[in-house]
Amino acid sequence: MRIPIGYILRRMGFLVAVLWTAATINFLIPKLTPRDPVAEWVTQKIASAGASSVGMDEQIASLKALYGLDKPLWQQYLTYIYNTVQFNLSFSIQNYPKPVIEIIQETIWWTLGFVGTATILAFVIGTVIGALVGWSRAPKFLQFLMPPLTMFSAVPAFILSLILIYYLAFKAQLFPLRGGYSRTLLVDWHSLDFIWDVVHHAMLPALSLLLVSIGGWALSMRAMMVTVEGADYITFAEAKGLKGATIFFRYALRNTLLPQVTSLAMQLGFIVSGATLVETMFGYPGIGTRLGGAIASFDYNVIYGIIFFLVVGIALATFIVDLMYPILDPRISYSGGG
Amino acid sequence: MRGLGGFINYLRRNPALGIGLGILLFLMLFSTVGEMFIDPDDAYALSTPINEVPSAEYPFGTDSQGRDLLASMVVGTRMTMTIGMIAGVIGLGVGTVLGFMTGYFGGLIDTVIKFIVDVLMTIPSFLLLIMIASSVPDPDQMSIVQMGLILSIVSWVRPTRAIRAQVLTMRERAFVMMAKLSGMSGMEIIIKELMPNLMPYLAISLAGAVNGGVLGSLGLQTLGLGNLREPTLGMTIYWLRYYNAFLRGMWWWILEPVFIIALAFIGFLLVSIGLDEFANPRTRRTV
Repeated sequence: MRIPIGYILRRMGFLVAVLWTAATINFLIPKLTPRDPVAEWVTQKIASAGASSVGMDEQIASLKALYGLDKPLWQQYLTYIYNTVQFNLSFSIQNYPKPVIEIIQETIWWTLGFVGTATILAFVIGTVIGALVGWSRAPKFLQFLMPPLTMFSAVPAFILSLILIYYLAFKAQLFPLRGGYSRTLLVDWHSLDFIWDVVHHAMLPALSLLLVSIGGWALSMRAMMVTVEGADYITFAEAKGLKGATIFFRYALRNTLLPQVTSLAMQLGFIVSGATLVETMFGYPGIGTRLGGAIASFDYNVIYGIIFFLVVGIALATFIVDLMYPILDPRISYSGGG
Repeated sequence: MRGLGGFINYLRRNPALGIGLGILLFLMLFSTVGEMFIDPDDAYALSTPINEVPSAEYPFGTDSQGRDLLASMVVGTRMTMTIGMIAGVIGLGVGTVLGFMTGYFGGLIDTVIKFIVDVLMTIPSFLLLIMIASSVPDPDQMSIVQMGLILSIVSWVRPTRAIRAQVLTMRERAFVMMAKLSGMSGMEIIIKELMPNLMPYLAISLAGAVNGGVLGSLGLQTLGLGNLREPTLGMTIYWLRYYNAFLRGMWWWILEPVFIIALAFIGFLLVSIGLDEFANPRTRRTV
C-alpha cells in the first residue's frame, strides 16, 4: 500500500513546527529571565575559592563574550538556530568545556534501557489484560485485576517508587536502594556479573513505571474490546467455526490495536516526564538524574539541552508513529483534515 | 436530581463519584479543620526536636529539620491543593473561552489555536514547566500563588482541546439550530444553550486540570524548583530525599506524604470517572 505524499508532507511540516517552537522557547526563556547564569557561576566560584572579587566584572564580561552573549539578540538567535540544527547544544557551564551533547550521550542509554523496557512491557501486559477483561469468553477472575490496576494508574510513578524503595529495597533488601550499578564493580559490559548487576538495579525503577502504566493500557483496551466484540466480522468468524484463540488474536485484538498505538505515541511525553522523576528518586545514572543535577546547580545550558533533546526525541517518535498509521490501518482516509 | 437528598441518591448509583468526592472532601477537611488542632508555625523548620518517631506528642513524627509532620501535612495539603486549584481554575477559564471560540466560530482563529494546541500537546508540559520554573528569579522565594500561576501557563492546553472537541459535536445538534432560527446571537447560544449542556464536561476538564496542576507542582518541587521553605507536599518529598530518609529507615516521613498524595490522585481519578458516567450514562462503567 502507498502512503499518500501529501499526508507525509503535512506531518513533516508539523514536526518542523514543533522543533522550531521548542528551540525558540529554549532560546527565549533565558533571555526573559533576570537570572544571569554566568554571573551566578562566577560569584559561586569566587565564594567557594575564598578569592577576592577584584576583576569579577571583567571576568563575567569575557565569559559572556566567549558564549556569544554580548551580541545583538537577533544575531544570537540566528547563531542559536544554526547551532541547534547541527545538534550543537553548547557547553555545560558547570563542567566547562564539556559539551552538553556529550553529557546526553553518556546518560541517554541508561534511560532508554529501563524506560524502553518498562514501556514496552507495560504496553503488552496492559493491552493483553485489557483485551481479556473486555472479551466475554475470557476467565472471569481477571476482572478483579482492574480496580487495583486503575488505582495504580492514578498515582504518579515517582510517588509509587518511594513506596517500592522503602518496602522492597530498604525493608526486604531485595533490590539495591539507588544507582545504576554497584560501586564495587568495574564498568565492564562484557562481564555477565556486571550486566546482571545493572539489570538488578534497573528493576525497581522499571517496576514503578510498569505498575502505573499497565492500568491505563488495560482500561482503554477493554473499552475498545467491548465495542469490537459485537462487530459483524466477529460473528462471521464464529460462524466459520474458527477457534476462540484465533478469533481473539487475529480478529479482535488486531482491530483494536491501532488506537492503542496512537495513544502510545500521545503518552510518550508523559512517560518521559515521569521517568525523569523516577530516575531522580533512585539516583539512576540516566538523563533524568542529570537534569535534576543541572537544575540544582542552575546549569542552564544542560537543562535546556537535555529538555530540547527529549522534545526532539518525542517529536520524532510521534512522527514515526504518524507515518505508520497507513500501514497499520489502511481504512483511514488521509485526504484533508489531519 | 433535585436538592441535596436527590444528589445523595444519585451518588448511590454512581459510587465512583461518591467515593471520589468523599476522598477530596476528607482531604479538604483535613487541611482546614485540621489546622485548628495544630500550630501552623510547627510546619516550618526548627520548631520541634528532629527525627522523632510518631508519639503522643508528635502523632506524625518530625523530620530532620525539626518540622512537626502533622502540621506539615495539614499545611502542605492545603498549599499543594491551592496550587492545583489556581492552575486548574485558570486553565479551565482560558480553556473554556478558547474552546468555545474556536469550536463554535471556527475560521482562522480556530486554525491558529488548534495548531498551537497540537504543538504544545507534543512538547511535554512538564519539561516546559522545568524550563520556566528554573528561570524564575529567586525560585526559592516563590509564593504559592506564583507557583500556581507558573503551572497555569500549561494547564489551559488540555481543557481547550477537550472543550473544543465537545463544542464541535454539539454545534450541529438540533437544539442549537433551533436557537439560531429563533434569532439568538452566537454569544447567547454559547452561554444559554451550550454551556449548560457542557457542564459535566467542564467539570471533567476542571478535575483534570487541577490534577495536572497538583502533579506538575509535585514534580517541580521534588526537583527543588520552588520555595524550599514552604512545607508543601512536593517539598516534603524533596527534603526526605535530601536527608536520605530511606537509609535511616524514617518510614513515617516517607509514608505520610506518599499516602496523602496517592489519596488525592485516586480521588481525582474517581471523580473524573464518576463525572464521565454522569456525562455519558450509556457508556459502561469503567471500574
